[in-house]
Amino acid sequence: MKKIILLFALAVVAFGCKKDDDGGDPTPQNVSVDFKFSQNWGGAPVTQADFNSSIYTNAAGNFVTISKLRYLISRISLHKADGSSVDFTEYQLVDLTDPTTLNLSPALTATTGDYTGISFVYGFNEADNISGAYPDLNAANWNWPSMLGGGYHFMQMEGSFDDTNGAPQPYAYHNGTARVSPDVFEQNFISFDFNQNFTITGDATIEIKMDISEWYKNPLTWDLNDRSVDLMMNYLAQKDMQRNGASVFSIGAIVQ
Amino acid sequence: MKERSKKTYRLLVGIFALSLLVACSSNDPDPVDPNEDYVPTPKPLTVPPIFQRLLPPPLVPGDNPQTVEGIALGRKLFFDPILSGDGTQACASCHKPSNSFTDDTKFSIGIDGLEGTRNSMPIYNMAWNGNSKFFWDGRATSLEAQALEPVTNPIEMHNTWQNAVSSLQSDGEYPELFNKAFGTGNITKELTAKAIAQFERTLISANSPFDKYLLGEGTLTPQELNGFQIFMDEARGDCFHCHGNENSPLWTDNIFHNNGLDAVITDKGLGNVTGDPSQDGWFKSPSLRNLAYTAPYMHDGRFATLEEVINHYSEGLVYSETIDPLMKAVSRGGVHLTEPDKADLKAFLLSLSDSSFINNPDFQDPN
Repeated sequence: MKKIILLFALAVVAFGCKKDDDGGDPTPQNVSVDFKFSQNWGGAPVTQADFNSSIYTNAAGNFVTISKLRYLISRISLHKADGSSVDFTEYQLVDLTDPTTLNLSPALTATTGDYTGISFVYGFNEADNISGAYPDLNAANWNWPSMLGGGYHFMQMEGSFDDTNGAPQPYAYHNGTARVSPDVFEQNFISFDFNQNFTITGDATIEIKMDISEWYKNPLTWDLNDRSVDLMMNYLAQKDMQRNGASVFSIGAIVQ
Repeated sequence: MKERSKKTYRLLVGIFALSLLVACSSNDPDPVDPNEDYVPTPKPLTVPPIFQRLLPPPLVPGDNPQTVEGIALGRKLFFDPILSGDGTQACASCHKPSNSFTDDTKFSIGIDGLEGTRNSMPIYNMAWNGNSKFFWDGRATSLEAQALEPVTNPIEMHNTWQNAVSSLQSDGEYPELFNKAFGTGNITKELTAKAIAQFERTLISANSPFDKYLLGEGTLTPQELNGFQIFMDEARGDCFHCHGNENSPLWTDNIFHNNGLDAVITDKGLGNVTGDPSQDGWFKSPSLRNLAYTAPYMHDGRFATLEEVINHYSEGLVYSETIDPLMKAVSRGGVHLTEPDKADLKAFLLSLSDSSFINNPDFQDPN
């Protein structure tokens, strides 16, 4: 009996030590990391409620409204201080008219500890951008025409702008694989790799921000009077979107 | 000794009686008085190969699984005028198999001779309507909810559900059929709608010449193939942004657009449902399957022929404030296809029509 009590006491001590030990090298815990996709125009939040009503001024001075914004993010990874990474397998088609798409809860868990960066792909990389391979994206009519290289759209941003006469004109800023010439295509996705030190201590939500105004601004000032529709087969337009896209995304709040 | 044998006898009789009881309860699926554990025969939807390859699984609500008995009941109800106020009209009066479950009139006429304001919608591939919004204006949020409406609509079947249910309940066959389908002979409007929805979900169309071409089981004419290129070309047809593509074989995006029909919006469509004026004049993109059987076209049936539809997008677009940006060429009236391109586009569109669907014996009137 005494032995049992002793064993029990030891067990309590052992468990107690494990639980309360904050110093030294704590055992990493599995935690869930969610991603929140937010959109803004130069810092001002943009949601579905702004569609067709809020008027924005882009770098070229065009007055712009938005009626649709859908974009694809894939291959999100968290990079650890020890050189390993957590590679999430999901892709996310963000659609501002469907609030459920503004959050991604990956199946894979991460572990607590120190991290040095976050990376993801805007669109699909060449290996992932396989025509017809993703039933949910097919059902969402997200495909990119095979005559333009196939695969999927990376972004559909649509709305209206006032032309030089002040008359409303439609725009369809659609981005995907670039067609150089018939049957010659060029990859057009963007790999983002943000070096940023952070520590994950528990379940966390990481915000991935899109500043929509950057699509029109940096480095190229995009004037919708020059290029507004029929941009999918326009090689230069597609490559300019990719250039401007490089400053569109950033990492926002990490909440845990 | 005598006493013991009596006991043994009683025991044997008891065991025999018990075994009879057990045998009865396990072998007798008596549909006349099923208990709460009654389970109708499951009949999952048969997913066609092209959908299997490219689309998510069909959407069937958890509280209305597909069953042999439910589908049979739904089919009978769909074709039976018993649901209408004066017993003259069935769902199938305006949703005929030969017209891919629409009819051939601009507006259907209800039991009182009154004309509707929107074109009857064709019915197929309902289990792949991903956002579960039904009607031209999306006002029903499930197929079951959709099925409830025409019965009471005063310009359609103009009945009350109380009356419709009472007609079904006093019918010689229906209580038994509801019993078989749902384990209760107590008929309700909800169960009626569930049965109809089950039948409607079986209406799957994916066997057109274009489907066979995609599956490597058939060929298309050069004209049809060229028409498909026009359909997919952003600088020409640019139809694919709303109407699917070879990897999105529903041939609709299942969402809502103002496609530039009128300068002044008289029917607000989705805008009337959401209360958002920026959605005035938005209507659901119909699928392009079975166009050979579904004329006239548009939510108000204004175009009698496919030529008129193509001409609309080519030269007839009209600006209004809520027009979809995808109607990009509105300032010059449309995308201005050449006449040969229009003919080829039409040929392609017709290659999406599926005669095996309209002739499917499982989809005809069982009554």
